[in-house]
Amino acid sequence: MGEAVQGRSIALHRFAVVTAAATLGLIVAGGLVTSTESGLSVPDWPLSYGKVMPPMVGGVFYEHGHRMVATTVGILTVVLAVWLARREPRRWVRRLGLLAVGAVVAQGVLGGLTVIFLLPTAVSVAHACLAQTFFCLTVAIAVVTSPRWDPTAAAEREPLTRLAALTVFAVFLQLAIGAVMRHTKAGLAIPDFPLSLGRVVPRLDSFPVAIAFAHRAWAIVVAALVFATVVAAFRGGRRRTGLFLGALVLAQIALGALTVVSRKNVAITTAHVATGALLLGTSLALAIGSPGLKSLSRRSRSERRGAVSMLLSEQ
Amino acid sequence: MSKRALVLLLTLAVPVSFVACGGGKDEDALLEEEATPVPAAAAPAAGAPAAAPAGAPAAGSAAVTGKVSFAGTAPTMEKIKMEADAFCKSAHATPVYSQEVVVNPNNTLQWVFVYVKEGVTGTYPAPTTPVTIDQQGCQYHPHIFGIQAGQPLRILNSDSTLHNIHALPKKNPEFNIGQPFKGMETIKKFDTVEMPVRFKCDVHKWMGAYAGVLNHPFFAVTNEQGTYEIKNLPPGNYVIEAWQEKYGAQTQNVTVSGSESKTVDFSFKG
Repeated sequence: MGEAVQGRSIALHRFAVVTAAATLGLIVAGGLVTSTESGLSVPDWPLSYGKVMPPMVGGVFYEHGHRMVATTVGILTVVLAVWLARREPRRWVRRLGLLAVGAVVAQGVLGGLTVIFLLPTAVSVAHACLAQTFFCLTVAIAVVTSPRWDPTAAAEREPLTRLAALTVFAVFLQLAIGAVMRHTKAGLAIPDFPLSLGRVVPRLDSFPVAIAFAHRAWAIVVAALVFATVVAAFRGGRRRTGLFLGALVLAQIALGALTVVSRKNVAITTAHVATGALLLGTSLALAIGSPGLKSLSRRSRSERRGAVSMLLSEQ
Repeated sequence: MSKRALVLLLTLAVPVSFVACGGGKDEDALLEEEATPVPAAAAPAAGAPAAAPAGAPAAGSAAVTGKVSFAGTAPTMEKIKMEADAFCKSAHATPVYSQEVVVNPNNTLQWVFVYVKEGVTGTYPAPTTPVTIDQQGCQYHPHIFGIQAGQPLRILNSDSTLHNIHALPKKNPEFNIGQPFKGMETIKKFDTVEMPVRFKCDVHKWMGAYAGVLNHPFFAVTNEQGTYEIKNLPPGNYVIEAWQEKYGAQTQNVTVSGSESKTVDFSFKG
C-alpha cells in the first residue's frame, strides 16, 4: 500500500472502526431479541413501560438492552457524521456519514414500528435488512477513512474486487432470505440436515418449507462465491483476509446446521446471525479495497487482534 | 463545516435522540391510558375455573355434566425456571410446573375447556360483568377460561413485577399491553367468536393462558376432579366439544330436554 494520504485523521478512522464494531454488537443484540422471542416484551415505544430504564427482568433484558445498544450506536453515528463533516475533505465521504445517520434514524423508527404493530413480517424483515445495510455503511466509512486507503488500488486487484462485490450481493440476499425465514418462524420448517425432509430437494408446497430451502440452496451459491473470493484474495496478496473470509463461511455453514440440529439454540442462532454480518462486512471491505492493518497503525496491536479490525487487514 | 451541514446534522440528530432515548410523553399519562388501579378485593379466587357468567339469561334448565379422563402415562411437565425474575422466583415456596397437561390424582384432566360447539339457537347478550384474568405469582389465573364475545375481559396484575399481556387471536385484533405495576387493570373485549385465543407474557416466557370466545354462555372448564358442568341449557340437540391445549379437541352429540341432566364424558390419550 502507498503512503498515508495527507489530511486524513487516524483518530477519525479509529472512531469509525469502533462505530462499525458497535454496530456488529447491535446486530448481536437484535439477534438475541429475535432468538429469545423477546421482541414484544416491551409493548411501548420509544419509552419502555413508560420509563427510560425499566426493570431488566426476563425478556425486557433483551429488548431494552437492544434499545440501549441502539442508543449508543445512534450517538456514535451522529458523532461520526459530525466529525466527518468537520475533518473529512472528501464530499462523498461526508455524505456517507449523513447517510449513516439517516439509516440509523430509519432503523430506530422501524424498530419502534415493529413493536407498535406487533412484529409485522414486512417491517421486521425491513428492520433486519436495514441493520445489515447500516453495518455496511459503517464498514465502508471505516475503510475509506483509513489514511492508507487508495481507491485506485482496488481497481488494480481485479478479479478480487469484482468477486468480492458479487459476494457482497450474494451474502446480502442470503441475509434477507434468512430474515424472512426467521420472522415467519420457518427456521425449523425443514427439521433435518443435511437432507431436507428426507430428500435432496423437498416438496416446496408450503411457504415455510420453500423459504427454508431457499436459504439452504442459496447458501451453496454464497459458499461457492466466497471460496472463489478466497482464492482471488490469496492470488492478490490478501492471504490473511482470505483466510478469515474462508474461516467465516465454514463457521457459518456449521452454525446454520447446528441451528437446525439444536432446535434454534439461542446462542447458536445468534452466532449464525452475527457471523453472517461479519461475512458481509469482510466481503465489502475486500470489494472496496481495504488497506492493510500494518499500514494503518503500527502502534495498535489490540486492533489487529480484533475481528472487526481483521476486516481492514491485509498481508 | 458549513452551517447548512451542521443544521442538517442537528436536524437528524434530534429524531435519533428521541428514537433511542425515548421521551416526549409523560410516563404517568401513558400508563393511565391503559390501566387504573383496582381494589384488591376485586381480585378473583386464584385458579378458579370459569363458568357461565353471572347475569346471563337463564335460557333453560337442562344440564350437561361429565368428566374428562386421561388414559396412558401422564407426561412429565416441565419445571418452570423463574430465575429470569427474582420476584417470580420468590413468589413460590414450592416448584411450579407447566400447566400444559395437568393430570389429576384420579387420572382426569384439569384445564379442559368444554363447550357447546353447535346447536345453540337464539341470541345471548354479552354480560356486562367482566371475566378476570389475573397475573399472580407470574402465572395466569385462570389458565383456561371462557368469555362471551363483547363481554369485558378484566386483565389484572397482582404481582410486584411488570408483565406484558399479549393476546394472539386470529379473528379478533391482536393486542399487547404493559402492566408495570401491581394492581393495574386493563379492560379489553373480543367482538368475534373464536376458539381458542392464546395469551402469553413475552417477559416471562412460561406464562400462557387460553380463552374460548363464544356467543353464548354454555361452557365450563374442568376442575381438580376433572369434572365440568354446563348449566341452563334449553332443550335441544347439541354438539359438545372438549378442547385441551396439547391434545386438541373431541366432540360428542347429546340431546337434552326439560330439566334433565345428561352425562357426557371424554377421554384423552397421552
